[in-house]
Amino acid sequence: MTGIDETRRGLLIGAGLLVLGIKPARATPEAMKDAIRTVIGDAPLREGKVTLDVPPLVENGNTVPVTVAVESPMTDADYVRAIHVFNEKNPQPFVITVRLTPRNGRARIATRMKLADTQTVIAVAEMSDGSFWKASAEVIVTIAACIEDIN
Amino acid sequence: MARALINVPATAKPGEIIEIKTLISHPMETGYRVGYDGAMIPRDIIANFTVTYNGDEIFRAQLSPAIAANPFVSFCTVAKESGTLTFHWTGDNGFTATETAKITVE
Repeated sequence: MTGIDETRRGLLIGAGLLVLGIKPARATPEAMKDAIRTVIGDAPLREGKVTLDVPPLVENGNTVPVTVAVESPMTDADYVRAIHVFNEKNPQPFVITVRLTPRNGRARIATRMKLADTQTVIAVAEMSDGSFWKASAEVIVTIAACIEDIN
Repeated sequence: MARALINVPATAKPGEIIEIKTLISHPMETGYRVGYDGAMIPRDIIANFTVTYNGDEIFRAQLSPAIAANPFVSFCTVAKESGTLTFHWTGDNGFTATETAKITVE
């Protein structure tokens, strides 16, 4: 009797693990921090210089306008080398990475992104002197993107 | 061939900072959605976008599945001389697209 019970318990635990295992992959705030670390290494990440413009409340997470501007003279001596955008709760933490040079004249980019949930978006600027600056924005999403089924 | 829309000012003064806007038709399928048959829809995105100005690279972007369908990217550049801007997108399943735009600097 106990033998059968144990088998059943084993099966239930197995089924439980299976359900957990097939849950869709999700980025977490920790995954976003790890992703930012892979880009900036051990360098300190300071608040400032970056302006991240995202609507605070979006109805449709499938297309959310994002604008990132960085304060910089964009001269050969002092320019923005790259702008990275990260998110917290989409399946993957990366959004976009752009490489800039003094030829861009102004460090300002715009794109449209998907947001799977209400979450924080972070923009990181990589300067020519090797310093990193960030700005973050909280976005409330009413219709999520990315992981919804099409039917 | 994917349809692309490019917005570059036709004329600019030397040294003027101009804004360039680009949009290309593409589904940007994330690879995280389930289709009608219950199977995952494979990822199909544009991963790279580069722009050259008379042969010199002026802009490069790496896109991820988190970019919305029909990717829109805008950026700035300094108008140096008259010539051609070439826009090049590459992505999954061998996707490539190239567009050009002319600019007159005077």
